[in-house]
Amino acid sequence: MITSIQELQKVAENRKCSEENIPQELRVCIGSSCLSQGSDAIQKDLEEAVKAKGLQNRCRVKGVGCNGLCANGTLVSHCDSSKKEQTLYEKVTASDIKELVKCVEDHSVYKEKRCDTNQPFFTKQNKVVLQNAGVIDPNEIEDYIAHGGYSALFHVLKEMSCTDVIDEVKSSGLRGRGGGGFPTGLKWESVYKVQSDQKYIVCNGDEGDPGAFMDRALMEADPHKIIEGMAIAGYACGANMGYIYVRAEYPLAVEKLDHAIKQAKRLGLLGNKIAHSGFDFDIEIRLGGGAFVCGEATALITSIEGNRGNPRQKPPHLSDYGLWGEPTILNNVETLANVPTIIKKGAQWFKSVGTTASSGTKIFALTGHIKNTGLVEVPMGITLRELIYEIGGGVSDGRELKAIQTGGPSGGCIPVEYLDLPIDYDSLKSIGTIMGSGGMIVIDDSSNMVEIAHFFMDFCKSESCGKCTPCRVGTTQLTLLLEKFINKEASKADLELLKQMSEIVKSASLCGLGQTAPNPVLSTVRYFENEYLEGIKDD
Amino acid sequence: MIKQKVRVKTFKIDDITVTGQSDQTVLEVAREHNIYIPTLCYLEGLSCVGSCRMCLVEIKGCRELAPACTSKIKEGMEVVTTSPDIQAHRNMILSMLFSERTHTCSVCVVNGNCELQDKTVELGLEHSLVPYLEQRFEIDASHKNFVHDPNRCILCTRCVRVCDEIEGAHALDLVDRGINTRIIHDMDEPWADSQSCTSCGKCVYVCPTGALYEKDISTEEKLKKTDIILNLIKSRKKDD
Repeated sequence: MITSIQELQKVAENRKCSEENIPQELRVCIGSSCLSQGSDAIQKDLEEAVKAKGLQNRCRVKGVGCNGLCANGTLVSHCDSSKKEQTLYEKVTASDIKELVKCVEDHSVYKEKRCDTNQPFFTKQNKVVLQNAGVIDPNEIEDYIAHGGYSALFHVLKEMSCTDVIDEVKSSGLRGRGGGGFPTGLKWESVYKVQSDQKYIVCNGDEGDPGAFMDRALMEADPHKIIEGMAIAGYACGANMGYIYVRAEYPLAVEKLDHAIKQAKRLGLLGNKIAHSGFDFDIEIRLGGGAFVCGEATALITSIEGNRGNPRQKPPHLSDYGLWGEPTILNNVETLANVPTIIKKGAQWFKSVGTTASSGTKIFALTGHIKNTGLVEVPMGITLRELIYEIGGGVSDGRELKAIQTGGPSGGCIPVEYLDLPIDYDSLKSIGTIMGSGGMIVIDDSSNMVEIAHFFMDFCKSESCGKCTPCRVGTTQLTLLLEKFINKEASKADLELLKQMSEIVKSASLCGLGQTAPNPVLSTVRYFENEYLEGIKDD
Repeated sequence: MIKQKVRVKTFKIDDITVTGQSDQTVLEVAREHNIYIPTLCYLEGLSCVGSCRMCLVEIKGCRELAPACTSKIKEGMEVVTTSPDIQAHRNMILSMLFSERTHTCSVCVVNGNCELQDKTVELGLEHSLVPYLEQRFEIDASHKNFVHDPNRCILCTRCVRVCDEIEGAHALDLVDRGINTRIIHDMDEPWADSQSCTSCGKCVYVCPTGALYEKDISTEEKLKKTDIILNLIKSRKKDD
């Protein structure tokens, strides 16, 4: 049991000491992307090979979370404290194990598979939330503590009042990373101010956007950061219970979180009277069945309660009437993972990163027609051009960029003329799209935008819960209308109907799913109308 | 939660000053003042779900249209129940409902006693604005007294709510998602095999369309008896 900050530091020291005894580390990415290429087998083989050479006292082999450059997996990094440097290897296969062990033996570098970490993909990033990803072993709480973990929670419990924490988060300017961009501090304050014996913290890990894997990677790479963020939120608003809602399609994330919660409980970092303070906080995991609508706040809450995950009309907002009717804070995984750093480094530091209205960093999952597919964390305000051409390495297969889809199925498509637009919540909104949770799909000139809009509308159609008429029937009607354009059988009246129906589905639907489902249609009609006109048959 | 005291609120609906209790909805207060707002999924006495979206109104200062049935009243608020924009929304929503399944009035058992039909007359909608989807569902006529025809269903869930909240049986519920959503009995069994159905008929009385109807009576007699539910609630309250 860890009951004081001194004891926490001792755990960190012990871990560091043991690390010093073993000067080298081979960190194998065992995030879902690399795992799908068999990185777990590589880790095992490396362990055996290191042992066979009798190097186990000189080198530790450990599995770590996502390194970022998923396109070039499996990624293995070699840390050599004697040389004070880290070498990253890409596209590692079983045949490279011998060479990697040789590097450990000779303190050398295996040039053939060396990944250039001086490329903009690495240098242009600013890892705040993903600081520990690819560095710590998510299975070991001591590793997290050695990297400064849980010190923010102890600092909060010992030095700060609830309002101090809320003020700090408020002045940091942190906004909800789930996509809405609502100020987190204000959300916390509204729950803090409600008088109630029971309050809840809910972490939304139900990431369902096509092409998005930010939250999954974060839960797999650094589960303790989310737990720490939730505990701080609980302390700030007076909640003693938290739930992490994760879709069951993320088994690895569930496994890591489950393991992390057990470890935290074992060390007294969750449970009753944390750090001998009067603060009790516990966390449970709830598995979601994989319905996209369950990412919507009220549907998520209903699903946790054990009902069909249908949304309900807001207000009442969750701060008044949330889980089981009690005041509830619902934050996204990335939002909560920002909190420990804000406490540690201070609101002013956080504000210095990003833009005035959108402070901090944002994690994006770069996918689609792009060279460097992967997970990147960049300061808010970076331009799309920097993100696509420098970090992302440009469009793949030498084609031209046509558009960028942001914000998942409910976002919009941005044409190339906005490449120099700084990315933040408000700028994206001003051109008819949204930040969303951070999925970013790059579309090249071989794509038809009507087909792209149809793909997303079809997704929303299948994921609509069926409760309200505009979303249930509207998304189906819009999908069929788009098919008419694709088959070049549409009429001029169909284009008018498409626009009118999109507006009505947007303004009349009950929850966020329906309200945002027509965004891909509206944005593509706005910027690529000629492609719709091509779908109109000549009479 | 700390119980809030019920207070009187004064506000405006269509420029008419009205008063209501703070726990009332816009729709309740409007009805008390004889201001008409069309509804389909709403039924007095049952919980409000705001799902049909027929009762959308404008609340000044709010960006989006709000359903009157779930919007609580506030001091000084200004509600607009009808405008060209609202009218367009209602027509489109009604068209969507008509297009979704088969609502051919001339061959429907409740022709003349149907709330969906009434709304069309009220709104003056002469034809659907969107193409028909022509979905087909199997009719369940297994029950000895009642028939369930999903082709006439508008998914207002009044039957689900009355069975759960008034009868206490929860024999009905929803299955599937989106356009494929259906009302089912128990675990999607034929109505006759439902163990939890008490055959009370409340679901049939509250169904606004011909999706649920009684067997062996003439079409003229197939009147919906929504008042029964309200009387039941009132008499239960008296017993308390």
